[in-house]
Amino acid sequence: MLSLSLREVLHLIKTEQISARDLLKKCIERATSVRELNAYITETHELAWSQVGLAPGKSELAGIPIAVKDNFCTRNIPTTCGSKMLDNYVPPYNATVVDRLLTSGAVLMGKTNMDEYAMGCGSIDSRYGPVRNPWKYKFQSSARSSVIIQSKEGPTSGGDWYIAGGSSGGSAVAVATGTCFGALGSDTGGSTRNPASYCGIVGLKPTYGSLSRYGLIPLVNSLDVPGILTKTVDDAALLLRIIAGRDVNDSTTVSESLHLTDLDDQPSVKGLHIGIPKEYNAPGLCGETRRAWEDVANALETAGACVSLVSLPHTQYSINTYSILCACEVASNMARYDGIEFGHRAEGNNMSTESLYAQSRHEGFNEVVRGRIFAGNYFLLRKNYRRYFQQALKVRRLISDDFTKVYGDGVDVLLTPTTLSVALPYSKFSMADNRTRTAEQDYFTQPINMA
Amino acid sequence: MAHYACMFVIRSNQICSRLLNRQLFQCREKFKLPDKPEWIEIDPKALPPETVLDDSTIQLIERLSLVDFNNKEGVERLKSAIKYADQLCVVNTEGLEPMYSVQEHEELFLDEDVVREGNCKQEILRNAVKVEEDYFVTPPGNIPLKQKKLFDKEGS
Repeated sequence: MLSLSLREVLHLIKTEQISARDLLKKCIERATSVRELNAYITETHELAWSQVGLAPGKSELAGIPIAVKDNFCTRNIPTTCGSKMLDNYVPPYNATVVDRLLTSGAVLMGKTNMDEYAMGCGSIDSRYGPVRNPWKYKFQSSARSSVIIQSKEGPTSGGDWYIAGGSSGGSAVAVATGTCFGALGSDTGGSTRNPASYCGIVGLKPTYGSLSRYGLIPLVNSLDVPGILTKTVDDAALLLRIIAGRDVNDSTTVSESLHLTDLDDQPSVKGLHIGIPKEYNAPGLCGETRRAWEDVANALETAGACVSLVSLPHTQYSINTYSILCACEVASNMARYDGIEFGHRAEGNNMSTESLYAQSRHEGFNEVVRGRIFAGNYFLLRKNYRRYFQQALKVRRLISDDFTKVYGDGVDVLLTPTTLSVALPYSKFSMADNRTRTAEQDYFTQPINMA
Repeated sequence: MAHYACMFVIRSNQICSRLLNRQLFQCREKFKLPDKPEWIEIDPKALPPETVLDDSTIQLIERLSLVDFNNKEGVERLKSAIKYADQLCVVNTEGLEPMYSVQEHEELFLDEDVVREGNCKQEILRNAVKVEEDYFVTPPGNIPLKQKKLFDKEGS
């Protein structure tokens, strides 16, 4: 039952072939048994039981279990962003997208693990420990033989495991292991698509402005979008339809230009023009990914689509642009964490506000966060503002214009890899620092965030 | 379960308008990527020299950031971030306007000037570690952060 798609399970519930309570029980059993993967920071099984009792069979999501990344505010449930800074933070309100899911009848399985403040691409930089990819994972607990996702080569040995991708790794693992049927993530530079690809599920980054960011603890306001992780594209479309649309609490939401289309049951790609950006054939692209890319292009061409090479000339500069814009906006967004109104407050420091703030923030943030704040403030200094921040914004325009031109020339869909390589083992991934890995793994995903 | 690492970027709201002015693409029998990556090598001479960070700049950034990161490791990290950012100087952006938001051409709605929520003092105060008589509590302000010279500190 747990390997069915959301739509299939919804159909079973609505036709009373299974009950939402039985489904929840199975999901909770599964979540308990794969706890080793560390997908959840906070499990809310008791709450889920109370919610499933209230969700009538006629509601849109009829008691389907979902998970939410821990940077979405959830009323009376701790929301930590994977950080010590918000270890003690319990929001008094729900994020809009969470509210829309719960009002539609979904039940909350828990808050999922993530890189601290969504800064990272491996979900290994969380205060609560790294998230482990279920593929080829060797469980310590002997009761897990029925749930190991088998592959021909068998589980890894020697205690190593594959990274889940990030920063929404917990959400991806939650969906991939069947503990829920859909999860919310966030996507600033690929944080939904990256873990979805590593865990073998679907990750959707909706267009900026189609989903409300109210309640999403911000990383980079001009790039953040709530993301959707599901087993199938159909499920992602179903959830998108429920949570998209204007929100009075987020003035950047637009609904007039939002057109959600329905596809036929057997959609045809005849006549669809698919562009392959040649700059995405980047140094470091691994053989397996490259072959997969070619295979899909050929499969689509065989099915009647027209595939051709296109150019996005400024692709190679987009990761540098992203690093500057991210650092600058982070420096601004993280300024709210002073430990006074909420969050971690250093003990025993009464010398001055500045000293207290510095100590609280030093204790609350990890090195990755502190490093980005530091760099961001450097780029925003008066003497550097034009050279870095404004230059990055101008290059952003060039990148956005690249996409506009390609779509204007008749391309309907761009087909690209998600990451340079397949999921790396943790031992290899952790050999380089967070910034280096972000520069590699976010390479393909962040240009469209900026456009 | 699909195991391909692929991503589709769809702009469905532009499909109809482009039906009228679509170019014809050549369709091949079997698509093949170019063998070599398309990459422009950046000439190291075109890049600015490595930035030298003086003590006063570090202390200024620390005062702005308040993260207690003005140690050797923090400065090395900053230098590496600056070096990475310096690669953008080879891009010609003359005559371009900065792009602050992807919604620069959208008309975003303004909220009505109506009070929708309030009377939530307890909710607002409950997450603060220190509260006294319904006030947030801080040590005295207007005292500059005491900072050591860079080379006095090692590690974090």
